Amino acid sequence: MSTDEQELVRFVYDEARLVDEKRFDEWYELFTDDAYYWMPLTRGQPDGENHTSLFYEDKLLLQVRIERLKNPHSFSQHQPSFCQHVLQAPRLESAAGGCWVMRTPFTYVESQRDSQILLAGVSWLHLVRSGERLRIRLKKVELVNCDAALPSIQLFP
Amino acid sequence: MSGYRHDPAAIRALVRPDAVHRDVYRSQELFDLEMERLWRDTWIYVGHDSQVPNPGDYYSTEIARQPVILLRDDQNEVRVLMNRCAHKGARLVSATHGHCENKLLRCPYHGWTYRLDGSIRTIPMKAGYEGTGLADTQNGRGIASPPAVVNYRGFVFARLNPQGPGFEEYFGGSLTSIDNLVDRSPEGRLEVAGGVLRYMHDSNWKMFIENLNDTMHPMVAHESAAGTAKKLWAGKPEGTPKPMAIEQFLPFVNGYSFFDQMGVHIYENGHSYTGVNFSIHSNYAAVGEYETLMEQAYGAQRARAILGEVRHNTVYYPSLTIKGAIQAIRVVRPLAPDRTLIESWTFRLAGAPAQLLRRTVLYSRLINAPTSVVGHDDQHCYRAIQEGLAAEGNDWVSLHRNYSAGEGAQLAGNYNGTSEISMRAQFRAWQRFMTGEPAR
Ligand code: FES
Ligand SMILES: [Fe+2]
Repeated sequence: MSTDEQELVRFVYDEARLVDEKRFDEWYELFTDDAYYWMPLTRGQPDGENHTSLFYEDKLLLQVRIERLKNPHSFSQHQPSFCQHVLQAPRLESAAGGCWVMRTPFTYVESQRDSQILLAGVSWLHLVRSGERLRIRLKKVELVNCDAALPSIQLFP
Repeated sequence: MSGYRHDPAAIRALVRPDAVHRDVYRSQELFDLEMERLWRDTWIYVGHDSQVPNPGDYYSTEIARQPVILLRDDQNEVRVLMNRCAHKGARLVSATHGHCENKLLRCPYHGWTYRLDGSIRTIPMKAGYEGTGLADTQNGRGIASPPAVVNYRGFVFARLNPQGPGFEEYFGGSLTSIDNLVDRSPEGRLEVAGGVLRYMHDSNWKMFIENLNDTMHPMVAHESAAGTAKKLWAGKPEGTPKPMAIEQFLPFVNGYSFFDQMGVHIYENGHSYTGVNFSIHSNYAAVGEYETLMEQAYGAQRARAILGEVRHNTVYYPSLTIKGAIQAIRVVRPLAPDRTLIESWTFRLAGAPAQLLRRTVLYSRLINAPTSVVGHDDQHCYRAIQEGLAAEGNDWVSLHRNYSAGEGAQLAGNYNGTSEISMRAQFRAWQRFMTGEPAR
């Protein structure tokens, strides 16, 4: 089955929508078993292992986050957070070896009752095909202010 | 409430042996006085000397709300200068890290230049100052520096008040925690590595400091994070290799007896550490060749002693907390009564396997980041206290756990780990420094 750009672009929008609608179990299923959700701490950070990141979640850590949100004792979410991505048109940046890399500038609002944080940056999705479906092998979120003093970020920019 | 500035008795009355008044977390006046007294009269952490590895390198930060520069001069000495031009006061460097061109600091405003010891090198059109008396003033003498600076095994501290306790006198035996952290390098040397996590807290700085030796909260506050990790892990098939993240999460939901038996050690002046007997870091898997390298460097017996010391958190009151066993530190920067910046720095142990830095970096990300599920619940609780204490009807915050009427003022020693004695000790120090009494 061929993969056209339209399908890739639609995937990017749908992925953000799952997060914004807090359909985290479905979102989790988009990731391959060896996937990472990565938000570097510095610009041009070479890897997530030898340098601290804001997120560098493998599937297990992603699952911990998602299951925690369902735990009635997640005190920091008794007043729940909500989020909204606003995406700029995604662009296919490269396609090689069965991996499509999508680049999408975004703004992201996360709110919790009267407080709201605004983040912006560029999101990179590395997509591969597994069976019928596209899946995420890497979601890398580069914040424009990755080195700033940040408040709690509780959902998934 | 206000009127504390000229009323030491009113400040003293805020601290009882077993409780503190809610004003200590909420009052702007007390916060200002903390910055002028407690944070000026004691030894405040500035930075690590590996942040300025070469002559001319600088790192800029703030201590007690004042801008300072950590700098390595051309004699290879690490210095601290106030980040303030001697002329009209412009902050001299604005980058967090940088290098002084031609071994000079140059003011961005009128171009006065300074040698790396802070003395004035050149002033443009200097003739304009002839006969003005500038040379006899502080402005003519160059950049000011904190009156007391000590580089203890790479950890640079400053005291802003010319008067005050000496360094060793102030920290006493608590320095053994820094010793243990540095000794964990086969070369006896640390390098800042892995970046700095900067987490903005909307709560008073003391809540953070108190929490570091609060062992009654993890099983409650962190149940949702560590408990979830534990449950997910329990569902994995037998024989699945245990990821480091699981190894790090699980002890957070150990039972009360674990934390109680862990023990807490109290020093004078508000310093303390938990993990006298063992800690949440005790059962980490061995890392590669590390133990062998340590034995080669120190001999088997001494290496065992160093690695057998697995303290949990050590509090260097009021500005620094360290975790020797995990090579991570947290630096406290109070900004307002309800606003505190916590910076988490990590270290590479010189001469140790790279795997150790990976473990350190992972821990910091899991536990100390603005994106950390453990951090979220801690920060939530600090904020909850900040807002809860707005309530009238009870002015007192209880620190009674394991208090006994005969506790007295000398608290140094070992205690059961779940005691609130570290907090009582912090407030005894707080009370002394806030009312102008000397250190012990
Ligand atoms: S303020 Fe620095 S040279 Fe004038
Ligand atoms: Fe905690």
